[in-house]
Amino acid sequence: MSETTLSTVLFLLFVAGTLAITFWASRHTKTAADYYAGGRSFSGVQNGLAIGGDYMSAASFLGIAGIIALSGYDGFLYSIGFLVAWLVALLLVAELMRNSGKFTMADVLAFRMSPRPVRTAAGVSTITVSIFYLLAQMVGAGALVGLLLGVTSEAGKALTIVGVGALMIVYVVVGGMKGTTWVQIVKAILLMGGATLVTLLVLGHYGFNLSSLLGEAATQSGKGDAFLNAGGKYGTEAQGLAGKIDLISLGLALVLGTAGLPHILIRFYTVPTAKDARKSVLWGIGIIGSFYLLTLVLGFGAAALVGSKVISEQNAAGNTAAPQLAKAVGNLIFGEVGGTILLAVIAAVAFATILAVVAGLTLASSSSFAHDLYAHVFKRGKVSEQQEILVARIAAFAIGAVAIVLGIFAQKLNVAFLVALAFAVAASGNLPAILYSLFWKRFNTAGAVSAIYGGLVSAVGLVIFSPVVSGSATALFPDADFAWFPLQNPGIISIPLGFFCGWLGTILSKEHNESKYAEIEVRSLTGVGAEKAAQH
Amino acid sequence: MTTQQHDPSVYEQIGGSERFQELKRRYRSWAFPMTVAFLAWYLLYVILSGFARDFMGAKLFGNINVALIFGLLQFASTFLIAWAYARHSAAKLDPLADELRHEIEGAATDTAKDTAGDKA
Repeated sequence: MSETTLSTVLFLLFVAGTLAITFWASRHTKTAADYYAGGRSFSGVQNGLAIGGDYMSAASFLGIAGIIALSGYDGFLYSIGFLVAWLVALLLVAELMRNSGKFTMADVLAFRMSPRPVRTAAGVSTITVSIFYLLAQMVGAGALVGLLLGVTSEAGKALTIVGVGALMIVYVVVGGMKGTTWVQIVKAILLMGGATLVTLLVLGHYGFNLSSLLGEAATQSGKGDAFLNAGGKYGTEAQGLAGKIDLISLGLALVLGTAGLPHILIRFYTVPTAKDARKSVLWGIGIIGSFYLLTLVLGFGAAALVGSKVISEQNAAGNTAAPQLAKAVGNLIFGEVGGTILLAVIAAVAFATILAVVAGLTLASSSSFAHDLYAHVFKRGKVSEQQEILVARIAAFAIGAVAIVLGIFAQKLNVAFLVALAFAVAASGNLPAILYSLFWKRFNTAGAVSAIYGGLVSAVGLVIFSPVVSGSATALFPDADFAWFPLQNPGIISIPLGFFCGWLGTILSKEHNESKYAEIEVRSLTGVGAEKAAQH
Repeated sequence: MTTQQHDPSVYEQIGGSERFQELKRRYRSWAFPMTVAFLAWYLLYVILSGFARDFMGAKLFGNINVALIFGLLQFASTFLIAWAYARHSAAKLDPLADELRHEIEGAATDTAKDTAGDKA
């Protein structure tokens, strides 16, 4: 049996299993709390796994391993930002949000504000961030699945995107949050299992001596010791000062973005209490941290055992480094058959990874559309629960369809920057609004709206005029040049600007509601009146 | 919005109470300085990665350099802070928060308009 057949079989098993769970979940999805928040009845451990499954995207699994394999140490820098970011979520956001919100990020922001403008802003921002992220994943899925299954024709790639999109729509529309969460839990277990297995084999091959693995990677890379130090990809010496400032800008967006990502925030609503939300983040940190330690070995292992030349021939960004490593180390240790099996396993895990993340993103954006924009802005809250769920399902279908079409058209474009942009928008617009809402008594409607739009517009605007969109060979539009902003990452400007806009908007407006702040403060810290778990 | 409606003055009353102020102080005096600390520690790492490459590239033993150890220390500090926060909140925050919640919810049964809980 060839590896593509085997990985297809394994992938179909995953699909069959998760579809069965999804249809089971749909029978237990009756109320809005079921659809949006899985009935709030997941345990801390389950939600911790789902957080890992939601967060460890193909960009982190394949992308970071690929950056390390090709550029060395800098991939590690990326993963450290992704991990430390969880402390912001743990210390400042998760529990307070669980106590004071209901289904979406906007619930917390609109709590003591004039609801319509704030929900509109939060809905726009949620959908923008999620679509950026979703698009990057969909385009990545097409390229990746093509490579792993040996599909090279344009039609074949388009078909793969349609397939991934269709599955994602089924998970979300049919299973709601319950189905999506289980897909993420299963994926997290498979991903950790697969990554641990390959890591152990690689380390075993080097006698569990990390130093000799690193030495071999440095030698094979042809870059020597520089391969083990920062500067291989971000802020290289050739890019000068601007490149180094860009590195810091990226670091800021990574560490501050996570706690403002809507698809992550809504995971805190799926557990019964704030204590369970805390427990889920603790588990999430454990899983995500361990996973990034594994990718360090996977990346350097791929550099040592596969070699950068073979990796970049397969995929210029190094996205196939992890599967290629699985094959190489399998061959070395178990012979040809072992290599084939291991590659098939890792390829199937990669599919599962993509599916779980795109489902989470579709759910977050469609929930915000239905709950924030449709129910509260368009209908001013005069809508039945069943109608709202129906709209959420239609929105999930529509967003999924849009993502499929854009994903197919963007196949040839370099959209990898969209993930970093999603983090930058989340850090610049959403995070200031959330933190001010929870901790600043004076904060008001004008402040919330200014923070969100200020952060969103400045982050997106600066990227439009940056070298990632035009004016360089690797840009989205390589033939045009309207880039006057020198950095690829807007965070260093847009994050302070978002916080500043939130402050300025607040003090320029007279509105302030002391008693509502007293309410959110007491509720967020004590859990009084927090949404209860459903009793089934 | 809420499953239980309380008279808004309940919150202002509790919010002004000494025990709530104590809960708020215990939470903020731990979480805020710690956030500043781990962000500074992380930024130091990122800035050194950009501007102090010779230092980061210095080998400590074998092929293990400062950059790798510094990165691994970021993992260690993240795990440690998460663990310390869990301990702090279990010991200092949860008992007080639970006590206040039970009091408000107990007192509210007289004024509550709807105590049916979430529609299951």
